[in-house]
Amino acid sequence: MQNTEHAIEVTGLRTRYGDREVLKGLTFSIPRGKTTVILGGSGCGKSTLLKHLIGLLRPSAGSIRINGREITTLDEPGMDRVRGKMGVLFQGAALLNSMTIADNVALPIREHTKINEATLQIMVRMKLDLVGLSGFDHFYPSQLSGGMKKRAGLARALALDPEMLFFDEPSAGLDPVTAAGLDELIMKLRNVFRMTIIVVTHELPSVFAIADYVIMLDKGQILFAGTLDGLRASDHPRIRMFLERKPEQQAYSPDDYFRVIAGE
Amino acid sequence: MAFTLRKDISDASRIINHSFYWTFISPFRGKPVRIRAMISEMVKAGYNSVPIVAVISFFVGIILALQAAYQLKRVGALIYVANLVGVSLTRELSPILTAIIVSGRSGSAFAAEIGSMKAAEEVDALVTMGINPIRFLVSPKLIALMVMVPALTMLSDVIGISGGFLLSVSVLDMHPYNYYQQTINALLVKDVFTGLIKAWAFGIVITIVGAYQGFKVEGGAEEVGRRTTSSVVASIFLVIIFDLFFTMLFYYFT
Ligand SMILES: Nc1ncnc2c1ncn2[C@@H]1O[C@H](COP(=O)(O)OP(=O)(O)OP(=O)(O)O)[C@@H](O)[C@H]1O
Ligand SMILES: [Mg+2]
Repeated sequence: MQNTEHAIEVTGLRTRYGDREVLKGLTFSIPRGKTTVILGGSGCGKSTLLKHLIGLLRPSAGSIRINGREITTLDEPGMDRVRGKMGVLFQGAALLNSMTIADNVALPIREHTKINEATLQIMVRMKLDLVGLSGFDHFYPSQLSGGMKKRAGLARALALDPEMLFFDEPSAGLDPVTAAGLDELIMKLRNVFRMTIIVVTHELPSVFAIADYVIMLDKGQILFAGTLDGLRASDHPRIRMFLERKPEQQAYSPDDYFRVIAGE
Repeated sequence: MAFTLRKDISDASRIINHSFYWTFISPFRGKPVRIRAMISEMVKAGYNSVPIVAVISFFVGIILALQAAYQLKRVGALIYVANLVGVSLTRELSPILTAIIVSGRSGSAFAAEIGSMKAAEEVDALVTMGINPIRFLVSPKLIALMVMVPALTMLSDVIGISGGFLLSVSVLDMHPYNYYQQTINALLVKDVFTGLIKAWAFGIVITIVGAYQGFKVEGGAEEVGRRTTSSVVASIFLVIIFDLFFTMLFYYFT
């Protein structure tokens, strides 16, 4: 509310698993009404960061403000109110396998509103139509393909008309055509509904298609934060390596390598 | 090691607290338990266990009568077979047999269901939808087992005693009416009642252990399998411990 330009502001975010620090002091903000892509190599802490932004994990230090509201110290009921404005699409879609697609989409609506059944059915069909899954209401998640599951998960994330949408690797494991379809859907959501969209990914084509703003992580630190054009123009060697898909330099000399595999 | 033990204990007590809160307190604050899920759990845990509980109880009733007759025949007190069968079934064997069957069928199913949901981020998804996973997943199961384990125990009482009765009137040549009368005289309401209290407590133990093991899953499918196995072992172990505790309690205080 105070700051209308930024939906999320993160300052000095640190977190650890056991005694290994995974996020080492991140400071950045995410603009409202834009698509922000969080980019980085495998294991650099992208999913961990996302879980902090949606309040599933608590940091060991630092602050996260969503709409000007500090969430790291919020209790569960308060956090649930913040989550009411968020939709999340997990890496594996995370649909409940015991329910049909329609019931999955209806679940958050049933939990949080007192809409009558007829209206609910119409809302569910609207959401399914939006993601191109009309007619699949009575399918179970196990009867859908990977790409269809993701779209059904997206319909569920959209059920309560969130202000903010989070995606963890939306196009991972999808063929290029399906992935492009999903990217198009993401762009449509931003353009039509003015949602703030946060996407974690390492698929470069998808980054260039959807991103307005890019945050690049490397080994738990921010390597780059800025617009897509800024990223393209950057001459930081690690960014160039990522963009040009170069493998990491062989760090060892043959002797060192021998020592490593011998366990010395 | 000390650290993990402390964490295990705090995790377990968190699940116990939250399960009781979301099952018994939050319904009065406008967050009711999911009735349809509860009924479906009752069918799965209770109704579907009826055949196996019935068959096992029937055989155990016969075995008990035979074992009792073996001793009592020598002292010429064969009629007391009825007492032994009735009292040991209602006070001890029916609750424990039922609990072991339900641990194997439902406790393991709880751990597997919650564990695989945890591994597939479905539990995280529930949290982000503002749905408490304990309310959503554990409360219906807790109520279902708190009702169904005592109900199955009653069934086991009746069928076990019938098994003993059938054996006694056929193989041991006892008069049906004598056996019936002897059973009625031997059984006190308190015998049946303490058995049902035990069964109720076992239902809670089985649900909590299954849920605890399920929520502990962090990795993938292989861990779900491991947790499912440990949930059965742990709940049978805890059921026996609770049985010991209640039996001692009832021995001194009733
Ligand atoms: N539950 C956990 N316990 C311990 N370490 C973890 C846990 N989850 C993640 N990590 C570690 O934290 C680091 C960051 O993990 P994270 O899942 O955030 O990576 P990522 O950037 O999403 O990678 P990917 O692109 O492969 O999904 C990894 O090195 C991982 O080993
Ligand atoms: Mg990840």
